[in-house]
Amino acid sequence: MEFWFSEEQTPNVKLSIRVDRQLYSGKSEFQRIDVFDSPEFGRFLTLDGYMMLTEKDEFIYHEMITHVPMAVHPRVKNVLVIGAGDGGVIRELTRYHDIEHIDMVEIDELVVEVCKKYLPQTACRLDDPRVDIHYEDGLKFIRSCEDCYDLIIVDSTDPFGPGEGLFTKEFYGSCFKALKEDGIMVNQHESPFYAEDALACQRAHKRVVESFPISRVYQAHIPTYPSGHWLFGFASKKYHPLKNLDETRWNMRGLKCRYYTTTLHKGAFYLPAYVEEMLEDVE
Amino acid sequence: MEWLDQERAPIYEALERFGKMRVVPFDVPGHKRGRGNPELARLLGEKCVSMDVNSMKPLDNLCHPISVIRDAEILAARAFGAAHAFLMVGGTTSAVQSMVLSVAKRGEKIILPRNVHRSVMGAMVLCGAVPVYVNPECDDRLGIPLGMSVEAVRQAVRENPDAKAILVNNPTYYGICSDLKAIVEIAHSNGMLCLADEAHGTHFYFSEELPVSAMAAGADMAAVSMHKSGGSLTQSSLLLTGPAMQEGHVRQIINLTQTTSGSYLLLSSLDISRRNLALRGEEAFKRVAELARYARREINDIGGYYAYSRELINGDSVYDFDETKLSVNTLDVGLAGIEVYDLLRDEYDIQIEFGDLGNILAYLSIGDRPREVERLVSALAEIRRRYERDPAGMMKQEYIDPEVAVSPQEAFYADKESLPIMETDGRICSEFVMCYPPGIPILAPGERITKDILNYIQYAKEKGCSMTGPEDAAIERLNVLK
Repeated sequence: MEFWFSEEQTPNVKLSIRVDRQLYSGKSEFQRIDVFDSPEFGRFLTLDGYMMLTEKDEFIYHEMITHVPMAVHPRVKNVLVIGAGDGGVIRELTRYHDIEHIDMVEIDELVVEVCKKYLPQTACRLDDPRVDIHYEDGLKFIRSCEDCYDLIIVDSTDPFGPGEGLFTKEFYGSCFKALKEDGIMVNQHESPFYAEDALACQRAHKRVVESFPISRVYQAHIPTYPSGHWLFGFASKKYHPLKNLDETRWNMRGLKCRYYTTTLHKGAFYLPAYVEEMLEDVE
Repeated sequence: MEWLDQERAPIYEALERFGKMRVVPFDVPGHKRGRGNPELARLLGEKCVSMDVNSMKPLDNLCHPISVIRDAEILAARAFGAAHAFLMVGGTTSAVQSMVLSVAKRGEKIILPRNVHRSVMGAMVLCGAVPVYVNPECDDRLGIPLGMSVEAVRQAVRENPDAKAILVNNPTYYGICSDLKAIVEIAHSNGMLCLADEAHGTHFYFSEELPVSAMAAGADMAAVSMHKSGGSLTQSSLLLTGPAMQEGHVRQIINLTQTTSGSYLLLSSLDISRRNLALRGEEAFKRVAELARYARREINDIGGYYAYSRELINGDSVYDFDETKLSVNTLDVGLAGIEVYDLLRDEYDIQIEFGDLGNILAYLSIGDRPREVERLVSALAEIRRRYERDPAGMMKQEYIDPEVAVSPQEAFYADKESLPIMETDGRICSEFVMCYPPGIPILAPGERITKDILNYIQYAKEKGCSMTGPEDAAIERLNVLK
C-alpha cells in the first residue's frame, strides 16, 4: 500500500511525505484540520491541506520566531501571540522566567484541542499559569489594545483563508498601537522563492515598513515549507535587531536551542541578493 | 402552472438542456461558444462563454416571452408578491426609466423627492414629464437627505392635483424609508399611481424585520436592483408591477429602449438569484442584518465615527431604517466621507460603496463574512488614529431647494452655450452634475444655478469627489440655456 500526503506548493511543484496513518481529520468553522504520522517527519499537522508543522522540523520555526526578539529586547514582561494554536511559540516563550504574562489569540479553538491531544511536543505548555488563551479573531482582539505589550509574535497561517487579516496594513498598524514605546513585533513572513509566495512576502513587507520605523527581515531553513527558505519580519519602534542584540545577556540565560544561537542570529539578517532587492523594491 | 415552484429555475434549466444538445451555431453571437475568441474564453472560462447564446425557440425571447422566460417571470412575480415581474438586462436604470415612461407623457407631472437617482431625471428628459419636488427633510448633524414627510406629500398633491404619479425611494442610499403605505394611500385616493425606486431594497421582500417592500405596501410599480442585495450579475434587474398596471403596455414601453439581444448570463443569474432568495433569502438577510449590527457596535466603539441606525426613526421623514445598510458619519473625525473612502482604498485595499461630504456607505450583502467586517472596522480605527483632524470647518451636504425653471426635456434640448462654471450663477442649467456614486444630481437640466450650488460643487471637487454628468469632463465649464 502506498499512502502519501501531497501538498501542491505551487500549481507545478508538489511535496510528498509518506504517511503511516492518519490520526485525525475534522472540520471547524474555519478550516479542515488533519494530523498524520509519517516515518520521515514524525507527526505532522495540516490546515486545509497546507503543511503547518512536523515534529521533525518545527523547532527551527519556533526557535527563530521567539528567540530573535527575546535576545534583543532587554525586558520582555508582557507578550501577545497571535495564531500559534499548536503551542510551539508558547513552549519557547515559557522558558523565559521573567516573562510575566502571555496573551495567546487563536481564532480556531479546535486547532488547540487537536494539538493538545495529538501534538504534545508543541502543545505542552499551554497550561502554564502565565498564559491566557483567547479564542477570537486576532484583528479584532488587537483593535482595542494600546500601549500594553513588549513583544507581539504573529504566528499566522498563509495570507489567504482565515489568516488573511493578519497580513493587512490595518493589522500591522494596530500592532504598532498595541506595543509599548520600545516594543517589537515579529511575524511569519512567507517565502521569497516561488512567485506567488514572493508577492505575498513583498506585500507584507511593504505594509510593515509603512507601519514601523525599524523593519528588517531574517531567514531560516525549514524543510517542509515551500522551497524550504523561509522569512520572518522584525519590526520595532526602538530596538535594532543587530545593534541592540545583547549576546552575553542572552547566553547567560543558559537556554539550550537546537537551531538558534546568537551567532546565527547575526547571520540570519544577511539575506541573498535577490531577496534584498525584492524587499528594497517596496521600501 | 401548478408545477412551477420556487425550487425551479426555468431559464437556467433550459440552458443546461440546450448545452447537452450540442447544437451547431450558425447564429450570433459570433464568438461561437468562445472558439472565435480564445482569449476571452480563457478569461471567463468555457462554461461562461458557452452560455452566452442568442434568443431561440428552446430559450425563449426576452422581448416577447412565451416559454421559459415567461415562467421565470411568473416565479419572480410570486416570489416578490407582484402581479407581474419583468426581467431587465439594462440595469435598474432601465427599470426606473421604463417605470416613469409607463406612467407619464410630455408635460405631465410626477411628484418626487429631489434625492432621486439620475435615471429618474433621465426618463423625464426622454418623455418630457415635469418634476414636482418634495423637499426631503435633512438631518442637520449627519448632513443627509431623509425621506419625504407625509404632510409634504399631501401638500404637493393638493397643489398639483393633476400629477400622474408619486415616486418614492425605498430606501434611500443611506437606508432611510418614507411612510410608503401612507404615500400609496394618498396617491390612490387622488387618482395617482405610486412608483418605488427599490434599487437598494431587494432584500425587503425577504424579511419580516426589514422595512415594508413596495409591493407589500400596495405600490403600482417598483424597480428592484437584483444585482445589488439580491446577488445576481451586475446590470440585471427586475421591474415589478401591481394589479393596476397593464402588463402589455409596460412590455411595450420596455421594448422601446431595451436590447433585443438580452444576455442569457444576466437572465440566468436573475433566475438563480430569485430561487436562492425565495428559498434561503430570509435566513441570509437575517445574517446580513446581524453582521451590520455587529459592525455598527464596533465602529461606534472606536469613537469619532457615528454608524447610525434605527434610532433615527422619527415616525415621519425617517419612517423606517434598513438595518443592513452600514452608513457611517465621519465628520467628528475631521475627515470628509470621501476622504475616508479614498484612504480605505488607497491605504487599506478596501473598496466601499461611496463616500460623500460627511458619510461613507459600506455595502454589506449575502456574500460577506465576519473576517472582512473585522478588516473594515480595524481600518477605520487606524484611519482615525493616523489621520484624525480638528472637525471645525467641515462642510455638510445641505439640501439646496432646487428651482425648476423649465422641464428637464426642454432644458436638455434647448439652445445652449458653454460658460466657465463660476460664471453661471443665475443661469438655467441644461445638463446634469452629480457625484458618482451615489449618482444623485446636484443640478439637473432645467434647474437654476445658484451661488450655493457652485460653492458646493467646488468643495466636493476639492475633497476629491468624482463628478460626472456635464459634457466637459473636467467640470470647468457648464452648458446653460441661452
